[in-house]
Amino acid sequence: MRVLITEYLRINLDTEMWECRRCGHEHISARENYKRGMLVYDRDPTEIHKPLLDTKLYERTYSPDPKWCRILEYYCPQCGTMVEAEYLPPGHPPLYDIELDIGALKLQWKDREEVKEPVIGPDLALEKVKNNRALHAGHEHGHKHGQQ
Amino acid sequence: MHDKISAEEQALLDKFLADNQLFLGPDPEIMRNHATTPRSKAEDEILKKGLDPHQVHRVRGLINAALSEAFTMVNQMGAAPGAKWGDLVTGIYTAQGDLTMIAPHGIIAFAACCFYPIRFIIKNWVNDPTVGVKDGDGFIHNDARYGGIHNTDQSMMMPLYYKGELVCWLSSTIHEGENGACEPGGMPAAAESKYDEGIKMSPFKVVENFQLKRDLVTFLQNSVRDPGLQLEDMKVKLHAVMRLRERIIAILDQFGRDALMGTLRVHLEDTEAEMRRRIREMPDGTTRVLQFMDSTLRENALQKISLAITVKDDRLIMDFRGTAPQFLNRSVNTNIASFKASLCTGLLQNIWPDLPHTMAVMSPIEIITDRNSIVDAEGEMPQSMSLMPLFKGCVVWTIPMNKLNYSVPHRYSAVIASQYDQAATFIYGGLTQHGDVTGNFCADINGNGQGARSHADGEHSVSPVFGFMCDSGEHEINEEDTPIIRLGAQRLAKDRIGWGKYRAGMGYEQVATARGSGMWGFMTGCEGSKFPSAQGLFGGYSCPSYQLMKIKGINIFEELKKNPKVVEVFDIVELMNKRPIPGGKYSSHDMGMTFELCNEGEIYMICQGSGGGYGDVLERDPALVMKDLAEDLMSHENARDIYKVVYDEKTLVVDEEATKKLRDDYRKERIRRGKPFDQFCTEWVTPEPPAHIPYFGSWDNPREIYATTMGQRVKMSADQLQGAFMLNPKDLRIMQLESEVERLQVELGAHRNAER
Repeated sequence: MRVLITEYLRINLDTEMWECRRCGHEHISARENYKRGMLVYDRDPTEIHKPLLDTKLYERTYSPDPKWCRILEYYCPQCGTMVEAEYLPPGHPPLYDIELDIGALKLQWKDREEVKEPVIGPDLALEKVKNNRALHAGHEHGHKHGQQ
Repeated sequence: MHDKISAEEQALLDKFLADNQLFLGPDPEIMRNHATTPRSKAEDEILKKGLDPHQVHRVRGLINAALSEAFTMVNQMGAAPGAKWGDLVTGIYTAQGDLTMIAPHGIIAFAACCFYPIRFIIKNWVNDPTVGVKDGDGFIHNDARYGGIHNTDQSMMMPLYYKGELVCWLSSTIHEGENGACEPGGMPAAAESKYDEGIKMSPFKVVENFQLKRDLVTFLQNSVRDPGLQLEDMKVKLHAVMRLRERIIAILDQFGRDALMGTLRVHLEDTEAEMRRRIREMPDGTTRVLQFMDSTLRENALQKISLAITVKDDRLIMDFRGTAPQFLNRSVNTNIASFKASLCTGLLQNIWPDLPHTMAVMSPIEIITDRNSIVDAEGEMPQSMSLMPLFKGCVVWTIPMNKLNYSVPHRYSAVIASQYDQAATFIYGGLTQHGDVTGNFCADINGNGQGARSHADGEHSVSPVFGFMCDSGEHEINEEDTPIIRLGAQRLAKDRIGWGKYRAGMGYEQVATARGSGMWGFMTGCEGSKFPSAQGLFGGYSCPSYQLMKIKGINIFEELKKNPKVVEVFDIVELMNKRPIPGGKYSSHDMGMTFELCNEGEIYMICQGSGGGYGDVLERDPALVMKDLAEDLMSHENARDIYKVVYDEKTLVVDEEATKKLRDDYRKERIRRGKPFDQFCTEWVTPEPPAHIPYFGSWDNPREIYATTMGQRVKMSADQLQGAFMLNPKDLRIMQLESEVERLQVELGAHRNAER
């Protein structure tokens, strides 16, 4: 039995290991920080959020300040999929972001059926926005608009 | 004096102290409790008798309709710009002041903190012979320290008596804007103490016999820059609440007191039970997130918000310890009650929008903070720009809750990365072209880009983080009322995107100037100019950083008269790089700007932002990349460098095979350059924050908090936080320039000596 934890991570309840959802690579024990099973790269944020203004003319160019902010990119060591992009000040300890109680997880899934592909939930907030816009369009102009 | 006193003496002493309290300030007993109160005796009796669920459903529907009608009244008649775009709410509360329901399109947060002033009124004014609470009374309030998001919002609260018994409370709240603060528009970033924040209304009676008391209205009008607005909206809120009252009385007449009171209570209890059920569905454990805010709106300062969410059975604990300490003389603090209201908003907007919009969703949640931190600031701290931490509170759920929620077999709502979380709008003030004094803000605050979803790209400029029902307004209306002219608007900010397998919704550019005013100015209140604000999810990137651009020293109207083609298109990047307007002083700044005068025809430019991206960029469907290019949302450089797609630039036809190879090679490149985590940490982690960053908050140990106060870095115990005192940026600039002048004078002297 495997439990999906993120887009790229799952926990194998039988082996108690973190696994890659793309290539099946076993990262590390599910009782550990999964990041310990990853490769990490310190990315200059200006390579991702490139300067849009002339850097000779301006200091602030829509790029983050690389002296204040770095991107830690976490890769699956087997397939190279990027599992996380963590924005931190230089030198800040990476966050232990997922720490699950594996014993409790096993109990919780004892009677559940395995989920192999994630369910897609309805985007309820967006539906409300669209309903309200349709309502507004009706009020303003007295005629119906097509669904936005 | 002796230490031991009898019970009788103690009771006498307690009564004496209660009767002679010097100042009825914000009451910690009220302000620190976000849970619903237990059933009253009356409610308990009603619920024990049992309620017909069909009737409850019917009554709930009628209350909803009544709230919606009152909301529409305020929306249509309100004078405040905020009212026109939906920045308002109407709500109904139990007799004890628990928020039960709001209008379906209302702002959750407003009502989720309005129960605090109602509880204050119940505790202090009901039995006070000089005040009292009776049928026909209405109370006003705006100070967030007594409950509220921030002091721009004003509420009208009214008790509803039926056959002599107080059965519920009703309210209406609008973001009014102007409130007589040291800067126009009601959200002064320049406030250095709470006494710079303008009028601070504790809850007081301003309506008797359903009529506004003119003497008090006059006092309030006299305290703000826009007396017309003050009067009009007090009337609008009062009459909306009175209409709501009529409708609720009709429900009482039809169904009886028990049906109404029982429905209100059962609605709270059912919601809380459903919250606990959903919490129990999630795995036990802890997920964590860090948010970094890079500005106090006066200077750059990196402030950390740290959150650990722990689920254990049906308990959910939010632990914010390790967060930055409060500022003594900067306005970006918030009190804990306002912060909890933003959490309530975020939960209902981003995680479970299908749950009833009531305070009961927060009841099962335990919240832990460090006292005197930026999210739990003490009452004397200025907090007029509390929007900074509050907007973070709205989106703080997204990352850790998706990490807890992803495994749950039933999904109640889509998995979405963080929405853009800045108040990216122009705040303005001055003399209008009609000769009126005004101060307020533009509706662009409601145009935040949506975060990317696990199944689709985010929507552009979808809504504000605090309400999915708000509209971004019509510039024509604004141009009729104020001297603001939009030179460019609603142009999506090309290349400013939270990248990912699914990209975020983008924000749009705002290019503004002023015309026809003797005196006009703007301010902006955003951070995220150095450190991006909206976070990506599961390998998606954050939004970029955003800045404020200016073209000063010109009058664009004169330039256009001279040469109508001087500016081809009001596009920020083109204007700044090509500099087409001769004689203009072009500059780029942080997006936090205190109020500044804008001469006629000078240009100010900001952007609404993108949300965070979702998933690995290498998994983005090349067809979606081509679609973004075709829609001119991004440049070819980013299509190639970020998404690694091989295609023909002219035809946008993708070479699938070459793209696959390029992406496969790039994955190998990642594996080559990445370092094992433990080794990486040994090289990366430093024992404390870099010396060049004014850093606020914990580093490796949540019990040790760093701050920079009076220019010096200090380290404090999290249990004994002190506020940070910031030096005046102008004084610092003068010091820098003086030392520069001194250095140049020495150089000049040496040069002259050498010439001799």
